[in-house]
Amino acid sequence: MLNIKELTITEAHNLLVSKKMSVRELVEAVVNVARETQDLNAYLEIFDDIKDDIERAQNKIDDGTSTLLTGIPLAMKDNILIKGKIASASSKMLEQYRASYDAFVSKKLLDEGVIVIGRTNMDEFAMGGSTENSAFGATKNPHDKTRVPGGSSGGSAAVLAAGAALGSLGSDTGGSIRQPAAFCGVVGLKPTYGTVSRSGLVAMASSLDQIGPFAKTVEDAEIIFTAISGHDPMDSTSVPTAQRKESDKKPKVIGVPFNFVRGEGVDPRVLKNFEESLEKMKSAGYEVRDVSLPSLAYGLAVYYILMPAEVSSNLARFDGVRYGYHKDGANLLEDYLQSRGEGFGREVRRRILLGTYVLSSGYYDAYYGRACAVREILRRDLAHIFTEVDIIATPTTPTPAFKLGEKTSDPLQMYLADIFTVPVNITGVPAISVPSGFVDEEGSQLPLGIQFIAPHFCEKMLFEVGKALEYIVKN
Amino acid sequence: MSIEIKDVEHLASLARVAVSDNEKNDLKNDLEEILSFVSQVKEATVDSLTPEIGTHYNVMRADENPHEAGIFSEDLLSSAPSRNENHIVVKKIL
Repeated sequence: MLNIKELTITEAHNLLVSKKMSVRELVEAVVNVARETQDLNAYLEIFDDIKDDIERAQNKIDDGTSTLLTGIPLAMKDNILIKGKIASASSKMLEQYRASYDAFVSKKLLDEGVIVIGRTNMDEFAMGGSTENSAFGATKNPHDKTRVPGGSSGGSAAVLAAGAALGSLGSDTGGSIRQPAAFCGVVGLKPTYGTVSRSGLVAMASSLDQIGPFAKTVEDAEIIFTAISGHDPMDSTSVPTAQRKESDKKPKVIGVPFNFVRGEGVDPRVLKNFEESLEKMKSAGYEVRDVSLPSLAYGLAVYYILMPAEVSSNLARFDGVRYGYHKDGANLLEDYLQSRGEGFGREVRRRILLGTYVLSSGYYDAYYGRACAVREILRRDLAHIFTEVDIIATPTTPTPAFKLGEKTSDPLQMYLADIFTVPVNITGVPAISVPSGFVDEEGSQLPLGIQFIAPHFCEKMLFEVGKALEYIVKN
Repeated sequence: MSIEIKDVEHLASLARVAVSDNEKNDLKNDLEEILSFVSQVKEATVDSLTPEIGTHYNVMRADENPHEAGIFSEDLLSSAPSRNENHIVVKKIL
């Protein structure tokens, strides 16, 4: 008996090409799971106009022009544009906004015959680590519905954990793919900055944002990543293929910044699981080496200066005039104030004000200028460590999934959950979160994840080491 | 790090975001707490650092082969909260 909830992309592809299943049967079975699990509030919308897409995908399979992703039902984070569909970024500001063009990644996937079955819930404009900042209600963690799925791409992680999609896309600015992947027990990849085009992604912090896949296995994540990466002239930071210094090196040496990993606020059970997993990696032939990266400690502070600065300028475009939420005031200035005051949620308003502060005259040098300089130091230190080790490993998150409402009143506590993930975005390197086991809490099995970090453009190393951990955890 | 209510009001007006009176106090506290946390960047040793800027190359496309005029207008105008035929309507500025 086929368990649709555990079906991987590779398995589904084999069923489709061997004609044991039609695209329609596959998509209907997955959409049924999506409908049965609607109490999670992971999908903001399940599309009901996919009949033609299904037919086209089936034709590709029948005439032998299919790829690994043809006919595969995937879910899309609500900040990635699909022409004609609403892309609200889970904000009241864009509640009615319909995309006038396809994101680069959407076009890539649709061209391969992917069936996008719905758009997933997220923290508003990708700002948050729990999906509780959505204007359309929080998403629940399928492993324990009293807990958050992580965020900001919480919906995209939850649909996979619930078996309500075979893969999904998210965006990662400070951990928004890897952290929810860890909380929901799935694989999440943040690719190298510039590998996947940001064209058609609702911008949050442009020097940090990157689109990436969620999947049930590392192999599936690799399949989606390969499909969406590529050079795009529409994104000026997209790196031309010839300039991507990939490496075929087999990773053997794993560096661990133990001083940083054993820092304050890290759950002892997370640490135990992490160290046990490293022991098993050693048995599998990997060398584990302690590395010193003192500048990592500044990662979070740098991030919470650069990110809000970029947020405040990127979100200046929402003026209530050209598109988006409009609230009528007495004059044009009032229109701006009211449209933005009501259209943006609390966390978004907070970050806009914070960004305005760190960029304002008199504070710019002390905050933004300084953060840019420390970013360079982090980049340099990391590059130096990568001359000694192939991969860096940390836990993905300092704790397992926390309770809904636990951190909503304390933004700084929420930010601290990003401690292990933000240095990756600051330096632009790729990283993957791979499930590493569970902890038992109040009768629930809560997933944990390990984050592997590689040098720029070395995603291949991440897939290799990720598959090794996956094998170890399963056996 | 001390933030006053009037600072919050000033930032909100610069950012064109209306904030309610009860939110101002929360924002004041949040901003104080977050700014005091991020101020640790001031302690980092920034030695004679020359930012390593990679090779620059032109990422702008040539300004040529324009698309046919008006083909995107309806799609874009249809998103505007207020329009008059092919114009977006805004309140008087001057």
